[in-house]
Amino acid sequence: MKSLAPSDEDLLERFQRAAFNYFLEHANNENGLVSDKSTPGAPASIAAVGFGLSGYPIGVERGWLTRDAAARRTLATLQFFWNSEQSEDPFATGYKGFFYHFLDMKSGKRVWQSELSMIDTALLLAGILVVGTYFDQDGASEKEIRHLADAIYTRVDWQWARGAQETLRQGWKPEAGFLHYGWEGYSEAIILYVLGLASPSHPIAADCYAGWTSTYQWENIYGQEFLYAGPLFIHHFSHAWIDFAGIQDPFMREKNCDYFENTKRATFVQQEYARRNPYEYEGYGENCWGFSAGEGPGYRNISIGSKTRQFFGYTARGVPFGPDDGTICPSAMLSSLPFAPDISLAALRHLSSRYPQVIANYALPSGFNPTFQGIDPTGLVTEGRLGLDQGITLLMIENFRSGLIWKLMRQCPTIAIGLSRAGFAGGWLK
Amino acid sequence: MTMPKSENNMQQNIQPAIDAPSDQTNAAYMKNVHPAGWKNPKPAGVYNLVVIGAGPAGLVAARGAAALGAKVALLERGAIGGDCLNVGCVPSKTLIRTSRTYAEMRAARNYGAQEPNTIDVDFQMAMERIRSVRARISKSDSILRLSEEGIDVYLGAARFAGPTSVVVDNQTLHFKKALIATGARPMIPDVAGLNDAGYLTNETVFDLSERPHRLLVVGGGPLGCELAQAFSRLGSQVTIVQDEPMFLPGEERDAAQLLSDSLARDGIEIRLNTTFESVRREGTSKIASLRSVDYASTVECDAILVGVGRAPNVDNLNLEAAGVRYDSVQGISVNDFLQTTNKRIYAAGDVCLEHKFTHTADASARIALQNALFLGHQRLSSLTIPWCTYTDPEIAHVGMYVREATAKGIALNTITILMHDVDRAITDGEEEGFVKIHLRSGTDQILGATMVARHAGEMISGVTLAIERGMGLRAFSKVIHAYPTQAEAFKKAADAYNRTRLTSTLKFLSKRWLAWSRGRL
Repeated sequence: MKSLAPSDEDLLERFQRAAFNYFLEHANNENGLVSDKSTPGAPASIAAVGFGLSGYPIGVERGWLTRDAAARRTLATLQFFWNSEQSEDPFATGYKGFFYHFLDMKSGKRVWQSELSMIDTALLLAGILVVGTYFDQDGASEKEIRHLADAIYTRVDWQWARGAQETLRQGWKPEAGFLHYGWEGYSEAIILYVLGLASPSHPIAADCYAGWTSTYQWENIYGQEFLYAGPLFIHHFSHAWIDFAGIQDPFMREKNCDYFENTKRATFVQQEYARRNPYEYEGYGENCWGFSAGEGPGYRNISIGSKTRQFFGYTARGVPFGPDDGTICPSAMLSSLPFAPDISLAALRHLSSRYPQVIANYALPSGFNPTFQGIDPTGLVTEGRLGLDQGITLLMIENFRSGLIWKLMRQCPTIAIGLSRAGFAGGWLK
Repeated sequence: MTMPKSENNMQQNIQPAIDAPSDQTNAAYMKNVHPAGWKNPKPAGVYNLVVIGAGPAGLVAARGAAALGAKVALLERGAIGGDCLNVGCVPSKTLIRTSRTYAEMRAARNYGAQEPNTIDVDFQMAMERIRSVRARISKSDSILRLSEEGIDVYLGAARFAGPTSVVVDNQTLHFKKALIATGARPMIPDVAGLNDAGYLTNETVFDLSERPHRLLVVGGGPLGCELAQAFSRLGSQVTIVQDEPMFLPGEERDAAQLLSDSLARDGIEIRLNTTFESVRREGTSKIASLRSVDYASTVECDAILVGVGRAPNVDNLNLEAAGVRYDSVQGISVNDFLQTTNKRIYAAGDVCLEHKFTHTADASARIALQNALFLGHQRLSSLTIPWCTYTDPEIAHVGMYVREATAKGIALNTITILMHDVDRAITDGEEEGFVKIHLRSGTDQILGATMVARHAGEMISGVTLAIERGMGLRAFSKVIHAYPTQAEAFKKAADAYNRTRLTSTLKFLSKRWLAWSRGRL
């Protein structure tokens, strides 16, 4: 890990602690569910739960939470997911071992007619595997954690999730069956495939992963050769749990690269886009970048000067092809710390000094938009905080500072088996 | 709103799809494409080539054969020029040009100009221009001109009478070789209530006399996207429904996404992943029922434009009598030499090809002509076929897609140049888009390219030439490109490729050489 100046260490500690606090402040201690967003009435997001579970060991190691308290929270969460209804009922919590994307914070039942989400279930399971690995002591609680973690993971029917197609489906609804689109192009789905491949009960075949990677595009953009994906979260999410440095699947072997290096290059592409700033948004520059999925000023077209600006609400912003409406996602810049620490820290310092109102109490908002601020002086910062932003920030700062999550997942046989079946080799997998 | 008489278009069109005012322009046009009172010639002996269908493929073959001294008959049941001239590329691109003008007026400030105080769309003027352009272009393929070139032109529906003969206007024509180039027609989805509610297709939409206030476009392929954008810019409230997750299925994801963004900016309501389930009339409105997974909704509109694909014109030709195999979806079965199951009969264009474009019809007709009359062995598979969707920005492609290369086990590297890095695109306020050139990994061999740019259709020819002639990308860096032009993107791509060849060893050696050179001075 990179050695930091005391001021940097202090700064990161503050941001990380604020991110961690989200999971204390916006969780239901009865069932472990974590709110998708900090705004009142928001439902739970199962992916946010996955990040929250992964965060508890960080809290323990950092001294922000006792091991017992973390174990209690973890156990409540796992007991809920193990015991909640799995059926085709439209108000169940899950089906075939997968879970619905959004759940009611209290009852744990499906809300918003959300889809049974393969990727969000994978992010939840990744968190479950973290706690199943971390809580390794002999006490009854920790034993039960390990038992439930294994049971919940083993229950998932990954084969069914292919929907008789070549690749995994993105979702399923009791009202309509599988959503009729799968995964195309590089995305955050490596963790999904790794978990599906490693299953001892219902594994997907290796050709499923090969089918997905066949849709990759290796591009040279702004002089960087990399596996393209526009939004930065795609280059972060699987990396929150898996250390891809030095390990290669067949695609990366052919390109003489690895996914860790790829995320570094993607980060530099983001920085270069902001430096070029082709659409002349306010604030963009070499220290102000970070384009990812998140909130924005809302859907509207507004004339500013000689241009008509199109703003969006929640959307997956990406570069260089867009969409781009001038919104920066601060958690995206922070989450690139392990891959491009120098420019990430420089961006963080710039954010702190240039836009202090964005980082009140070090709690990162989903986005800020200096261009929109020109229209509405109070409209710089988007409303509320997102659980996913806080989770990825929490885990990536930790991976940068200590590598804790990566080390835990290296010890988890499921991850190593899944990676091997996907064709990964080399590095720490040896 | 006045609909063209042929709004429903329920049967194959055997007359020109013209329902426009009987003005001088239209009279001149009709005289060129389907003159009243035309007297078919009397067949004289056996023809070297009988061509059925006077669209782009048929015209190319007939003219080429006649120019080389063949005795040629050209049979057309509708209008000379086929879909392209009459109800396809020509009218649609003309309308798109008008719509772009209105879009540029509204965006005048982006170009440093004052926006007009009022922008009133004159729809009838736009349609008049279509008729005028169509009439002008029809001159070059007029029936009189074809006759003057020595082609026997027969107007009327053709039917094969046997393996070497065809009947038209009660006359039997005997041939040594024949070419079927009857084209294709719009496919109509099987949607409850659609026939009763009425709908437009490309065969009828250009004859509208009033702009639909609210237009539902069904289908997110090239035709649907182009006309959705055009009508939106002409002031219609447009909703486009597409049953796939993205527009232009098969096109690169980023290209389709940019198009989607562009359509949204034009104010079009986009319904992806949505099926058009049924429609009913309610007063003067049509109420369309849509479904996206488990979300049902309705859209109220004044007109429905259907653009969900094209079906080959294989009916009523009595192909069985000629021993020509076909099916109603794939069209006429041909081998790589464009020969049908009757060795004397060839096919070209939309009636037999997957890629239903005017330029592919033209190219395939040249192959068929060579193979039919001059013992040629030219193959359809040898063609390098570009295509373009004329939205704003345009989307053009040639060669392989990444997924196709991967399926064949070919590793690719893609060089991407953003139009916002091309000076001329910046000066013209046309920075949106990209040029992606797919290279065989480790080489500069161009296997394919996709472009999204305001003038991508003009630009794609450069890469098509390179692929066809086997030129590598590096060749573009040796060609001087006029500055400033948007085609300079190719030079930038070549330069970007060259930089990838600059390995650390080369850099080291270069540095040492230059240091040594300084020392010698």
